[in-house]
Amino acid sequence: MKEFLLLFRSAPSGEPRPSPEQLQNITKPWQDWMGSMAAQNKLANRGNRLDFEGATVRPGNVVTDGPYAEIKEIMLGYTVVKTDSLAEAVELAKGCPVLNMGGNVEVRGIVEINM
Amino acid sequence: MQTDKEIIPHLFRTEYSKITAVLAKLFGFEHIEVAEDIASDTFLLAAETWGIKGLPENPVAWLYAVAKNRAKDHLKHRTIFTEKVIGGVKQNSADLYEMEIDLSNKNIVDSQLQMMFAICNPAIPPEAQIGLSLRILCGFGIEEIADAFLSNKETINKRLFRAREKLRKEHVKIEFPAQSEINKRLENVLTTLYLLFNEGYYSLSQNTTLRKGLCLEAMRLNFMLIENKSTNKPAVNALLSLMCFHASRFEARINPEGEIVLYEDQDTTLWDNDLITQGEFYLNKAAEGNEVSKYHLEAAIAYWHTKKSDTIEKWENILQLYNRLLQVEYSPMAALNRTYALSKADGKLIAINEAEKLKLTNNHVYSLLLGYLYTDIDNEKAVAHLKTALKLAKSKTDKTAIEKSIGKIKVLSK
Repeated sequence: MKEFLLLFRSAPSGEPRPSPEQLQNITKPWQDWMGSMAAQNKLANRGNRLDFEGATVRPGNVVTDGPYAEIKEIMLGYTVVKTDSLAEAVELAKGCPVLNMGGNVEVRGIVEINM
Repeated sequence: MQTDKEIIPHLFRTEYSKITAVLAKLFGFEHIEVAEDIASDTFLLAAETWGIKGLPENPVAWLYAVAKNRAKDHLKHRTIFTEKVIGGVKQNSADLYEMEIDLSNKNIVDSQLQMMFAICNPAIPPEAQIGLSLRILCGFGIEEIADAFLSNKETINKRLFRAREKLRKEHVKIEFPAQSEINKRLENVLTTLYLLFNEGYYSLSQNTTLRKGLCLEAMRLNFMLIENKSTNKPAVNALLSLMCFHASRFEARINPEGEIVLYEDQDTTLWDNDLITQGEFYLNKAAEGNEVSKYHLEAAIAYWHTKKSDTIEKWENILQLYNRLLQVEYSPMAALNRTYALSKADGKLIAINEAEKLKLTNNHVYSLLLGYLYTDIDNEKAVAHLKTALKLAKSKTDKTAIEKSIGKIKVLSK
């Protein structure tokens, strides 16, 4: 078994204040996706959802507010899966709800210390 | 009024474990067998004496008095042995006559709780922890334990012997864990109580009375933890809540022939509403604090199962709870139950897609689930899966139930 990081990215959402009903519609696909991976015993670490609040630091003491500056898409969060192969991890990524929000998932193998 | 014949087994059940726990605490875990022997001897003497002379006025006090005397005799001999053979003495033998063997209610409860911590020790395998708990904490006979495990007396005796040896070697003490350690140690105790309950609830043994007895003992021990201030934690309440909800269906889930009745086929009028209410009470207690243990999630799942109506809301909640439970701890059974809940909440087609990913081949419940999901969608596939389930199933009850399902589909398809 090898661990893979799934990074979800999406364009900033145009709706800043969703209704509770909309929220439920957003939550369920994510919970079901996590549950689906856990039911296959392939979830290593459910990871985190990242807050919109943030800053980017560049050389020369340049600090910009938020993750938005100059990028079209922002990182929404990440999760770690454990599978036998990259292909299997990709298969799991295909279920990520971010794909229905115009976003994408980057799948990256995690380098192990003990090779 | 209980007859003399009934009172000894009844007292044995309630008093044997108390005497054993108090004496074992006094002697130390390394002498646990002596404590068990004295408790057994006491009951043997009671059976003989009461048989001839009739019941004493206060049978429990009589038992305690005999047990105390035997314990003092033992300590006296041990002291002489230590003095003469090993040399040196820790206790003056005169003290022993003065020594009070404390069979007060408080010391009994404390000793039993401490014994629970001593036995529920990961140094010995889970089935040994359950066996020792049944023997020492619940006063079950070796034959009953063998029956519960579908095993024989020799195997159980050996298992318990090895377990005691191992605990001795580990220098296990009969004492309360330090306050800082209590949560961690409590985890082991809860696991054992959970398994003890499941042993009764899901046992293949046909002995319904025995199975119910196992469940009730698990609940009794769990309740002792709740009554004790330092062990009355949210997870402890959650586990008792879970047991109450499950136990509420005890009468409904086994038919008079001893066969399991599936949840959706159960006669809901047989559900025990008092136990459901108690389960809700302990679930509320469990919600104090921020901790969400797997017992919280399982209790919440069991709570939704006590709702009789088959609504989307119910199954959506169960689905989300299984989603969380699986993230806390994976188990094939939870994965299968999650998929069933998914079919009820989102439909069979979505669930089939998810079920195919589980790949739990060799598990008859998995084939059974696929058989259920494909029924009315693709009956040919449904029958094929059920036939696989039939091949994999081990118990006769399971096989009969699967054959019935296959028959039903075939009739419908014609």
